[in-house]
Amino acid sequence: MRSYMLVALAALPCLVPALLSAQGTGPARVDSPFRPPVQFTDEAPAPQIPADVTNDRRVARNYPDQPPVIPHNIRDYQVSLNNNQCLTCHSRKYVEGSQAPMISITHYIDRDGQTLGAVAPRRYFCTQCHVPQTTAQPLVPNTFQDVDSLITRPSDGGDRK
Amino acid sequence: MKLKLPEYILSPWRTISSPSRYLSLGFLTLGGFAAGVMFWGGFNTALEATNTEAFCISCHEMESNVYEELKQTIHFTNRSGVRATCPDCHVPHEWTDKIARKMQASKEVWGKIFGTINTRDKFVAMRRELAEHEWARLKANNSLECRNCHSPESMDITKQGARAARAHEEFLFTGQRTCIDCHKGIAHQLPNMEGVPPGWSDAASGKDAAHSSKASLAHWLAETEDSGPAAQAR
Repeated sequence: MRSYMLVALAALPCLVPALLSAQGTGPARVDSPFRPPVQFTDEAPAPQIPADVTNDRRVARNYPDQPPVIPHNIRDYQVSLNNNQCLTCHSRKYVEGSQAPMISITHYIDRDGQTLGAVAPRRYFCTQCHVPQTTAQPLVPNTFQDVDSLITRPSDGGDRK
Repeated sequence: MKLKLPEYILSPWRTISSPSRYLSLGFLTLGGFAAGVMFWGGFNTALEATNTEAFCISCHEMESNVYEELKQTIHFTNRSGVRATCPDCHVPHEWTDKIARKMQASKEVWGKIFGTINTRDKFVAMRRELAEHEWARLKANNSLECRNCHSPESMDITKQGARAARAHEEFLFTGQRTCIDCHKGIAHQLPNMEGVPPGWSDAASGKDAAHSSKASLAHWLAETEDSGPAAQAR
């Protein structure tokens, strides 16, 4: 009997704040940048699906290792066990005719560091890394700084605050 | 020497070749006309009934394989809501061609009866062969079924992407290639395409590479890339 009371006593500091917060005004407001500022019980209208960017203009990479984004429509381009339709333009064999950028040589290197004669299996599924873009605006402000702007920044003389 | 025909041939012939004994000429001509209308109407109705998507996908081979694949593509779902059904692409619209295709289709009835592709595995294993039949058919009739809806005359290439516009100008308008040469696998999944070069490439044309239009296409694309606004901005 006494042990039950001890357990209840131990749980009391946890229970009290929970009870207090539950007495607040209705359901909690979710202030997340990924959600519109509405109660989570309300059903907000879905935002419009943004348009695809299909202007065929190459987009600068934000950092040197970034997989380049796809500036054209890729609807129904089949990448399957049978064939890879991206490679009908971007493979080494066909870039002369298509004038598409060739997949880089890194795509020929398998996970053991061996350079193969063709695309390594781990690089076969293009859209795992390369994706088309839409005109959607960023949901959250982005403080990313390009490496060029970092290395050209005046030195703070080691005085980091 | 006189050949003696058996009686079972001669007696029907005598009936057909002799004048009618009881029926009037009017009944025979008008009745024959009416019967002809009914027969022809019935024939055409049956033909039309076999020329619908509902008929095609009444076989599970078609419904669970090719129809499922079609549903993903732009020929089934798109912004304008116009869609192609099976016979739009696979059966010619002109009567004579249609009848010829329907006679060919008796092979498909054979395949259905003997279960040539009655499982997914069998279908996938035969996909290349089946696809090649369709490629060959569309190549031979200059992509007739595509052109029932898509005509080069109505194609406004200024509304197309630069690459598409140039390729159509180079290959389609000059008649060098036909739709199916480049647009394979637009409505169904592709088979293993090993040994099938892209339609715009030299290998597909069978011509020598030096004097090919592809060289000029490549040249043009390279030129625009160098002088485009993106290149200047860089």
